[in-house]
Amino acid sequence: MSHRELDDMLGKGWRKPPFIANPKLRWALLAGFVAYLIAAFLTIEVDWARVYAGLDRGWQFVLSFTRPDFVSRASDIWEGLLESIVMTVAASVVGIAISIPIGLGAARNIAPMPVYLVCRGIVAVSRALQEIIVAILLVAIFGFGPLAGFLTLSFATIGFLSKLLAEDIESMDRVQAEAVKASGARWMQYINYGVQPQILPRLVGLSMYRIDINFRESAILGLVGAGGIGATLNTAFDRYEYDTAAAILILIIVIVMGLEYLSGVIRARVQ
Amino acid sequence: MPVIEQGGTQIWKRRTRRESLLRWFGWLLGVAVFMICWQRISDATTWFFVWDAPRIANDIWTRATPPRWEYITQLGRPIWDTLNIATLGTIIALFLSVPVAFLAARNTTPSRVFIRPIALLIIVSTRSINSLIWALLLIAIIGPGVFAGVVAIAIRSIGFCAKLLYEAIEEIDHGQVEAVTATGASRWQVMAFGIVPQIMPAFAGVAVFRWDINIRESTVLGLVGAGGIGLQLSSSLNVLAWPQVSLILLVILAAVVISEWVSAKVRGAII
Repeated sequence: MSHRELDDMLGKGWRKPPFIANPKLRWALLAGFVAYLIAAFLTIEVDWARVYAGLDRGWQFVLSFTRPDFVSRASDIWEGLLESIVMTVAASVVGIAISIPIGLGAARNIAPMPVYLVCRGIVAVSRALQEIIVAILLVAIFGFGPLAGFLTLSFATIGFLSKLLAEDIESMDRVQAEAVKASGARWMQYINYGVQPQILPRLVGLSMYRIDINFRESAILGLVGAGGIGATLNTAFDRYEYDTAAAILILIIVIVMGLEYLSGVIRARVQ
Repeated sequence: MPVIEQGGTQIWKRRTRRESLLRWFGWLLGVAVFMICWQRISDATTWFFVWDAPRIANDIWTRATPPRWEYITQLGRPIWDTLNIATLGTIIALFLSVPVAFLAARNTTPSRVFIRPIALLIIVSTRSINSLIWALLLIAIIGPGVFAGVVAIAIRSIGFCAKLLYEAIEEIDHGQVEAVTATGASRWQVMAFGIVPQIMPAFAGVAVFRWDINIRESTVLGLVGAGGIGLQLSSSLNVLAWPQVSLILLVILAAVVISEWVSAKVRGAII
């Protein structure tokens, strides 16, 4: 900035520079946004009388968190929770095991083109389909029960983990891998000693994160009949047994917090 | 690095005997847990349905193709509702997550002992419960409809947005904040001119990222009655109108792909 500009600015009030520099774009975005908001508010029908009537029930629900009922449906809660955990563990193990080769195949720097395209295709399909929609289809095909949930979670794990793993492999340090190759390593040795040590910390971290997500997702798969705690939770809501629902929600939150803490400890140790 | 004496020659091993025994035991335990989990899933499965699955899948496929294209005329309104649920939910969540994030960040929280844990609890509890469960709950409280979906998405997104925001706040450059403080700025002025400009790009990125996720989630909220295209999906599934189901799935897939493209473009422009 030259001195002349500084002199011009002296004595005038300072104004914060705007976030979007181009004024036309700024105003156009703002106008479009306001127009959208008006359109959206006009088309949403809210039955305020119903909302007002429901507030009392909402307050009852909030109160039920202070006196959750773990006891009266204890066996249902226990069964559902155990099924959720079982599904999470099995699906995470299978999903991670399958996503490692697919992740290797989806990395452009180590996979040949046809393999790359096939693996990227699998990843894209798995990521585009929502868990709950996959669960609906699998329940229709395989029948009710935790098997459908297990398959859903495994399928979702593959898309998530392979993509992130492939990105990590693509951004790895080539020099180390090249050095291993130069020593005359076979392909398997190249992967084992050149690639694996570089991506292992991230793989462990991502796997822990995915286990966490799988548990959270397993809590809703029961809504469509794919096993887990969701069915119990749905029944509790349908029967207005808010204290049981609160107990289930508290258990889910506690388990997720525990998993998050555990994954933090493991990630800190690995990295 | 342990070196083991064997027949007069020294042999290098990667691990001591104790270490390798421990690792072997760990793997054994892991495999055992997985087998127990698999056993439970298998017990809860009707294997006859599973062996029958290819035939059923084929049957559903022949019923679902070709999609009933003319049904798309009835999907305009549900798509608009879905868009509204995701967008309004994200906006509400952003408004609510900003104060939570400032209370949760170590460098801006008024009290580390009392207020920060409360803010973190809000973040964890809203994040660990899926939006479908929030929708289920809100439908029981304020009745079915788009409004319940908006609120469900909003609550679910608070934790996510607040977590990413508070991490951004904790990573800000302290020099700029100190410079603004040195000019004699009040607490609020420090926030507005020292902290906010630094986290604005992160904020915009989080907003678009969460909007993209919310489009995905709001497509299925209708399954529990919270409005949007999921409502059409669930009614088509209930009457086994498979050609309509396949069309709706295609529309959802298109919406997901478009929203991901938009979010990637916008984030690319910001960062």
